[in-house]
Amino acid sequence: MDLVTPGFGLVFWTVITFLILLFILKKFAWKPILGAVNSREESIKDALAAAEAARREMENLQADNEKILQEARNERELMMKEARDIKVKMVADAREEAKFTTEKMILQAQEAIQSEKKAAVAELKNQVATLSLEIAEKVVKHELSNKDQQEKLVQEMLGKATLN
Amino acid sequence: MNLRAFRTLFLGVLLITYSAVKAEVTNTEQKEEKKFDPKEMIMHHVKDAYTFHIIDIHDQSYSIPLPVILWTENGLTTFMSSAFHHDYHGKEVVEKNGGRFVNFHEKIYQLDAGAATLEIGADEKPVNAHKPLDISITRNVFMMWISMLVLFLIFIGAARKYKKSENFIPKGIASFVEPLVLFIRDEIAIPMIGEKKYKKYMPYLLTVFFFIWLNNIFGLIPIVNGANLTGNIAFTMTLALFTFVITTFSGNKNYWKHIFWMPGVPVPMKIFLMPIEIIGIFTKPISLMIRLFANITAGHIIVLALMSLIFIFNSIAVAPISVAFSLFIIVIEIVVTAIQAYIFTILSALYFGMATEEHEHH
Repeated sequence: MDLVTPGFGLVFWTVITFLILLFILKKFAWKPILGAVNSREESIKDALAAAEAARREMENLQADNEKILQEARNERELMMKEARDIKVKMVADAREEAKFTTEKMILQAQEAIQSEKKAAVAELKNQVATLSLEIAEKVVKHELSNKDQQEKLVQEMLGKATLN
Repeated sequence: MNLRAFRTLFLGVLLITYSAVKAEVTNTEQKEEKKFDPKEMIMHHVKDAYTFHIIDIHDQSYSIPLPVILWTENGLTTFMSSAFHHDYHGKEVVEKNGGRFVNFHEKIYQLDAGAATLEIGADEKPVNAHKPLDISITRNVFMMWISMLVLFLIFIGAARKYKKSENFIPKGIASFVEPLVLFIRDEIAIPMIGEKKYKKYMPYLLTVFFFIWLNNIFGLIPIVNGANLTGNIAFTMTLALFTFVITTFSGNKNYWKHIFWMPGVPVPMKIFLMPIEIIGIFTKPISLMIRLFANITAGHIIVLALMSLIFIFNSIAVAPISVAFSLFIIVIEIVVTAIQAYIFTILSALYFGMATEEHEHH
């Protein structure tokens, strides 16, 4: 049956037509289309990779920021602590110094008192001596008339005037 | 295209089919003055022809004459097919370049020397004539060239848009073409052949897919009146032969080893498998050839047979049933146009993949 018998003419023309079609479409259609699609896919891939890299960079940057912030916070804390310490130390120092000064002053005062006291005692001694001499003079003057009495008086007075 | 436009077009197409078939039938009846012969009508539609027949209105046949090109003992002989005056029963004798030619059922016969008219034997075959070497531009060749031009228009037009700008986003015709091209690449070429080697086969696969698809669609357009290129075994044989040649020439060591000395099986099995595998080399392209031819031709025959029912019963009352059924078949055929192109392409890609596959063992 000639429905299933291939005719030579159509085979001949199909070979020629198909080869022309293949050649021309390959050169003018498939190459530009596939090339453009490929390059577009490449550029999309690149763009995605770049976006991913940027995202990562951003994350790094944020992490860095966080780190810097943390450092600053730590430093502040440290500085605050130092300041507090200094304050405490200063107060302590001041107190110490005040105490020292006071003690010194007290000591000086005590020394002064002591020396004053010594001076006073010496003065007193001098005065007592002077007084005694005056008294003695007066007594001597008064009692010289009466020898017995004079002696008795001197004895009496000396007995009474005990030096402290 | 929106749905309404599509529907309108579809109804139009159907009406034209009907009228075309009817006109053909009327013509046959009036000329032959005999009973309607559905087989002859269907075969006439499915097979190739020397004129590009468009329509018959009343007794007038409208067709585009195509050149007849023959190689006879007197050398190249050419004339227009209109010289036969639409006769395809071997009655009209054309004298040219010292030879007498007749068109007998859309095959050109050269009458033997001395014969004046064609004599037909008891087996319905010419007695006193032989077939010269015939490379005429038949309606199938004509249609093939139209499809070639359409493919050039679509794809070179689309490609030109890509040249205009870097990273062009598909618009217009390119937005129609690109998904199809990507489909061939991502769903056919890469899975079947593999990421490494598919590029070499892409032009062939793309060309074959769109060539078959477009001609399948053209075969469904009734005004073309049965320029049934993809339902012609010569056409499918040629394309299958291309696939066969490419497969055979891309076959690597591994491919031939699997055919002649199957690895991983015992020696008696190797000997047993060898002839089967050798036959397999040829059955693959033969199956490609028959599948496309049979699917497309069968679809056409069914539609024409359903239409013929109207004339067999000779009643307009049968028409709604015939039209409904052939509508159904045509819808299936529209799907089949793409499916058969897809199957031909994917099987070709599969064979290329098998020929270039590299693996250590089964």
